[in-house]
Amino acid sequence: MASTLMPPPLRAGASNRFLRVVVNHLATAAAVGSTILVMAPLIAIFAYLLFKGASSLNLAFFTQIPKPVGETGGGMANSILGSGILLAIASLMGVPIGIAGGIYIAEFGRNGRLANMVRFTADVLNGVPSIVMGITIYTLLVAGRGFSALSGGVALGIMMIPTITRTTEEMLLMVPLNVREAALGLGVPNWRSVLSITLRTASPGVITGCMLAFARVAGETAPLLFTAFGNQYWSTSLNQPIAALPLQIYVYALSPYDEWHRLAWAGALVLIVLIVVSVALVRYVAGRGVLKGAS
Amino acid sequence: MGVAIEVSDLNAWYGTNHTLQSISLKIPANHATALIGPSGCGKSTFVRCLNRMHETNPIGRVTGTVRVGQTDIYAQASPVEIRRRIGMVFQRPNPFPTMSIYDNVASGLRLNGFRNRKVLDEVVERSLQQAALWEEVKNDLKKKSGASLSGGQQQRLCIARALAVDPEVMLMDEPASALDPVSTAKIEDLIFQLKSQYTIVIVTHNMQQAARVAENTGFFLNGKLVEFDATHKIFTNPTDKRTEDYITGRFG
Repeated sequence: MASTLMPPPLRAGASNRFLRVVVNHLATAAAVGSTILVMAPLIAIFAYLLFKGASSLNLAFFTQIPKPVGETGGGMANSILGSGILLAIASLMGVPIGIAGGIYIAEFGRNGRLANMVRFTADVLNGVPSIVMGITIYTLLVAGRGFSALSGGVALGIMMIPTITRTTEEMLLMVPLNVREAALGLGVPNWRSVLSITLRTASPGVITGCMLAFARVAGETAPLLFTAFGNQYWSTSLNQPIAALPLQIYVYALSPYDEWHRLAWAGALVLIVLIVVSVALVRYVAGRGVLKGAS
Repeated sequence: MGVAIEVSDLNAWYGTNHTLQSISLKIPANHATALIGPSGCGKSTFVRCLNRMHETNPIGRVTGTVRVGQTDIYAQASPVEIRRRIGMVFQRPNPFPTMSIYDNVASGLRLNGFRNRKVLDEVVERSLQQAALWEEVKNDLKKKSGASLSGGQQQRLCIARALAVDPEVMLMDEPASALDPVSTAKIEDLIFQLKSQYTIVIVTHNMQQAARVAENTGFFLNGKLVEFDATHKIFTNPTDKRTEDYITGRFG
């Protein structure tokens, strides 16, 4: 009954009040402690990368391609460009398909058979190890044709789809029924209401989902081993093997040379900074149109 | 006095739940008609059948005929056309949260492909004037989100949004039940002014409200229309014993 939920009488004495203050501080301390624990790994990784990689960063790193073994210097310009191209292909493929899939299962299929199949497939696809994705794309697109930027982008794009689909679905379902009814009640066709009202209302969450997927595949190495393959030279051709930051880091880190180890650390630092910057940039651009008081 | 809506033998279901049973009535044009009755009696379902919103519920089903003007809305029109002719204001204010005040009011026209800026400006101003909100928001039209307004302002914004598509009929499903007395009085004034141009159907739990704004009142009970008559008759000299019991507070 309600009486058991009632707070103790106000004049219950000093000890009661003391206990309440102590519990309050303990709860606050626990929350702050958890926050620190969550942030600690990211800060630690970032600090270690700065420590190991910052000293090898110079202009050449961003402007030159790798030097042959034995020569010092060189950079990862081609890998940075390659990663950009691969991620552009992946996003062009993964974002529209992922969002469209999420819209279908949230707004049209609901609990139908096809929707349940799509939902299940997305969950399984999310759990497929990335190396398996690489081998699959190798079999489908690479074998007989040769390694290519396109196949690498496709492999990353497919990996983006399930995350985007499921977050889009969840975010659309969070849009209250009365907002949808408002649109339908105005005589807006359902498809229009879904795109212009429901999706727009859910867009901050949908964008977060896309960014999560983007950040995840940006650091993937395994699916690129059998598809993009890597390249020591400049290449922007979609039909040719292409360099990528994670691949280059992988190759350099496994090498026996100290110089290459240092470059690998620098590459890792650049990769993580590029991911953080691109995520922040998208959030900034997407947040610019938000109005005063919009929830 | 012309008839705006003619309902005959209307039945509605949620799944196997027979929510409305054989409702027939004629709603006069350019008047306010109130629907009263205890919770769950079917009055909200009834107004949702008048603009085909009931069928947006996956388990909703309707039989019978509803004529709006010359149109049998279930046989001769698409739900989308009908909802443009019959506007609706809901129980809870539901402005589009990502849109500015201006965009909220313009949304009905814009989402149907209307783009003329000058006409939109005029429609937005006219609709906000009609909804008695213009003076309060005219300086923040494009700066503030519709969701930043107070509850009562939000509801008047929703009324302006419904008016902007120039409907023939306005359905109001307990439009003031989430509002304080001051905002409620504003909404009631509004209904009073609007009924010269529009046919208004208002669902309400508040019997004084029905008495204040409506010429005609219908009493619903357990999915049936018990009595439909002039408001003063319903409240002073009802024909049916159940109406009298409800009005005098013996149940519900």
